[in-house]
Amino acid sequence: MRDPVTAVNDFVVKFANVNGSGSASANQLFAKAILRMGIPIASRNIFPSNIQGLPTWFEVRVSGEGHLGRRGGVDLMVAMNPQTWERDVAEIDPGGYLFYDSTRPMPQSRFREDIHVIGVPLTEMCNAAYTEARQRQLLKNIMYVGALSALLQIDPAVVETLLSEQYKGKEKLAKPNRDAFEMGRDWALANLPCPIGLTLERADKVGDRIYVDGNSAAGLGAVYGGATVCAWYPITPSTSLAEGFERYAKKFRTDPDGRKRYAIVQAEDELASIGVVIGAAWNGARAFTATSGPGISLMQEFVGLSYFAEIPSVIFDVQRAGPSTGMPTRTQQSDVLAAAYASHGDTKHIVLFPEDPHECFAFGADAFDLADRLQQPVFVLLDLDIGMNDWLCEPFAWDDSRRMDRGKVMTAEELEAGRVFGRYLDADGDGIPYRTYPGTHPSKGAFFTRGTSRDRFAKYTEVGAAYVDNMQRLLQKFETAKSLVPHPVLRQAKEPTRTGVIYYGSSSAAMKEALAALEAEGIHVDALRIRAFPFHQDVEAFVAAHDQVFVVEQNRDAQLRTLLMNECSIAPQQLIPVLHYDGTPITARFIRAAIGDKVLAQILPFAGAAAE
Amino acid sequence: MSFLPKPKLHHPKLPTNALGYTRRDYEGAISTLCAGCGHDSISAAIIQACFELDIEPHRVAKMSGIGCSSKTPDYFLGASHGFNSVHGRMPSVLTGANLANRELLYLGVSGDGDSASIGFGQFAHSIRRGVNMTYIVENNGVYGLTKGQFSATSDKGSKAKKGTVNTDEAIDLIGIALQLGATYVARSFSGDKDQLVPLIKGAMRHDGPAFIDCISPCVAFNNHEGSTKSYDFVREHNEAMNRLDVITGRAPITADYAPGEVREVEQHDGSILRLRKLHAEYDPTDRVAAMNHLHERKAAGEIVTGLLFIDPDPRDLHANLGTVARPLNRLGDAALVPGAAALEAINAGLR
Repeated sequence: MRDPVTAVNDFVVKFANVNGSGSASANQLFAKAILRMGIPIASRNIFPSNIQGLPTWFEVRVSGEGHLGRRGGVDLMVAMNPQTWERDVAEIDPGGYLFYDSTRPMPQSRFREDIHVIGVPLTEMCNAAYTEARQRQLLKNIMYVGALSALLQIDPAVVETLLSEQYKGKEKLAKPNRDAFEMGRDWALANLPCPIGLTLERADKVGDRIYVDGNSAAGLGAVYGGATVCAWYPITPSTSLAEGFERYAKKFRTDPDGRKRYAIVQAEDELASIGVVIGAAWNGARAFTATSGPGISLMQEFVGLSYFAEIPSVIFDVQRAGPSTGMPTRTQQSDVLAAAYASHGDTKHIVLFPEDPHECFAFGADAFDLADRLQQPVFVLLDLDIGMNDWLCEPFAWDDSRRMDRGKVMTAEELEAGRVFGRYLDADGDGIPYRTYPGTHPSKGAFFTRGTSRDRFAKYTEVGAAYVDNMQRLLQKFETAKSLVPHPVLRQAKEPTRTGVIYYGSSSAAMKEALAALEAEGIHVDALRIRAFPFHQDVEAFVAAHDQVFVVEQNRDAQLRTLLMNECSIAPQQLIPVLHYDGTPITARFIRAAIGDKVLAQILPFAGAAAE
Repeated sequence: MSFLPKPKLHHPKLPTNALGYTRRDYEGAISTLCAGCGHDSISAAIIQACFELDIEPHRVAKMSGIGCSSKTPDYFLGASHGFNSVHGRMPSVLTGANLANRELLYLGVSGDGDSASIGFGQFAHSIRRGVNMTYIVENNGVYGLTKGQFSATSDKGSKAKKGTVNTDEAIDLIGIALQLGATYVARSFSGDKDQLVPLIKGAMRHDGPAFIDCISPCVAFNNHEGSTKSYDFVREHNEAMNRLDVITGRAPITADYAPGEVREVEQHDGSILRLRKLHAEYDPTDRVAAMNHLHERKAAGEIVTGLLFIDPDPRDLHANLGTVARPLNRLGDAALVPGAAALEAINAGLR
């Protein structure tokens, strides 16, 4: 038998459960208990497109170093799902641990010789303690958390506090949970060698960080951004974004008489959703929709209208694996081009790439200022990994002196004073025209909004020169946007280097870890995190300052790389794609290998050949 | 889509309404539709209705989709904001606009292609959501801008200009509107302005989803022998259920009507719909009876017109959503942004 893996505050626990069995709250308890001990974790749900019965996994990476990307590999498998037994057992790293329900004896052949098996008779204990079927099922989950607390040295006082918080004022619910936890814990202490090689030690590495999912954060961002109209159509993995908005809006925007300072419409489809958004924004409200790739495809025509008629719109796209229905519950960054160039004809849109829930909140609010200021669609590109998983991130921040930037809106007073109003007139030289809200003035400032070509004063025209004049102004507006959108973030290597890497969105955590690993190997790479399209001039300068630049993405076709080549006129050979697109979140190991091997091969041209 | 400037001059003695506006103040650009197009008569009826109701033009938002009918908002209420959106999607854009500012009047103009084909879903859902609007379909049973294809409201058996006979069942938008809960449902004919103007006035004073199916012959592609949407055919088969007067003051009944001949319905905003019955047994406040009657008369080959259904006390989308009385587009930072202290409390709950 292999020596057991030993590690303190640095291992991966994976829970294999059955969808709908109530394991989520027990797993959440496990995760939060570790956080409360001051130890950073990264957790991920891996779930099927199903409500009940199919397998689901919850992975917790414990990382005292604070690495928040997926690590890959499993040190401890909590195998609670007979359906997936074989593959779950197979996934454990050599020397790792298998935790299972030993109520029914298992033949030796179902285990592996190079792992350590921990059996706890969970079902037997539950059946003895509880009579009701649902209770037996739910409390079995809490019971395994109890056993794990003994095996891994989770502080039971922390769990006690968490249960008290969760069931505040509902002692009737708290007690059975507390009892089940104790039962599991006591059994393990009495019957198993505790602790195992994987242990937790209190630390102070979490600080004031928060643990939250990106969809809730973006929904909260929309509340802070002043959105009053939300129109959406349910689609995984974006549904919880609209629900997050609703939850927070209800909390913060309900008048004492119960009336709401917001409106949410669950539309009949994504076309209607974006239509409602455009209508509301045209009429001076801040409005958004939340969707995923298939919804983006359906919205294309309307997005073109929003661009050409210059109506602000905010679209949260929580990306999933495409094309078509693809893998609806798996993650990808594969809507970059679909968002950047959405719709027919010549169009370009603002796209924001938040790296974690903290930025989902910040960009979720900023998107509305940008949309109003620039009068065009703004896409906020989350993905399933950020959107639906809880992440440890910096706390949300807000400056109370901040005010909504409603952009260039001409008022009744200004019209009355005789200011010239041309809806598509570039009065300030930045490409951004003035607009008026409907109903502003009895005789001035009205105009006819249309998706057809028009002159500077909104009169229909098919005169080529007037059309070109307008299209050029839209380009100029896009230039203006470059300085307004979030700028890229540079992380310079410790030593001067001619190698760079560009990355964005949810790849950030894995990238940070990979850079540290590369640095430890003596491979120095400057890194630039892109946070928005159009690209800031720093992006071009960064590429120019390096001989080769890796572009790390979670899609097959290197979409951001295409966008970089196209928009910045960069030669293809200068940008080396690093692509991870199997639907699981990208890992540091993957990035490190892709960049490290390539760089080493260049330094030692025969190293790669010798290894083959 | 006007290329010609319209002269501003008008007769000095042109009558004015309570706001001091003349009828000309409700006009728009010169129509570019074909001479004799039914749609222009509907535009004229809208102008007349708004003038008579003393509506401030800038308090109306004109919304449309794509097609001949959807071009018409350019030809009336030039002082109003208008929005010529995308094909079949006017209802969602109007819904959004309405959510943003509940104080304006929303006038949606659409066609049979726009509302019965590409936008059938949006038409249906805006009605069932109870959006407070006047939704007029200028129904000619044909695609005009693309030169004469059948639309989804073309009657089965109706003949196209080039001789093809339509084999598909027609969608009856009135039937759908009734089924999905429209609270003001009327059908009219662009050739009968006396009937149409009061129907539009009643709809604009209605605080809920008001739907008017207005048959509007296409002189270029659907006004021939064998068409069921031609001027001649509609005149011959038109069966009006009632005649409507909309009274916005508290005027007593002055005309001589036989007992039982007139029915008055007071709308939520205080306006009175005075209905002169042309069919004694027809009750426009009974939705199910209205639907049955429509089916019966349609089977008999009649085109039933008039105010077909009215619920004088409707609920609209804002009531269903429970939104505040103040328009959402006028709420500022204080009303919308919870602030840093509230955010800190949220942070604390996420640790």
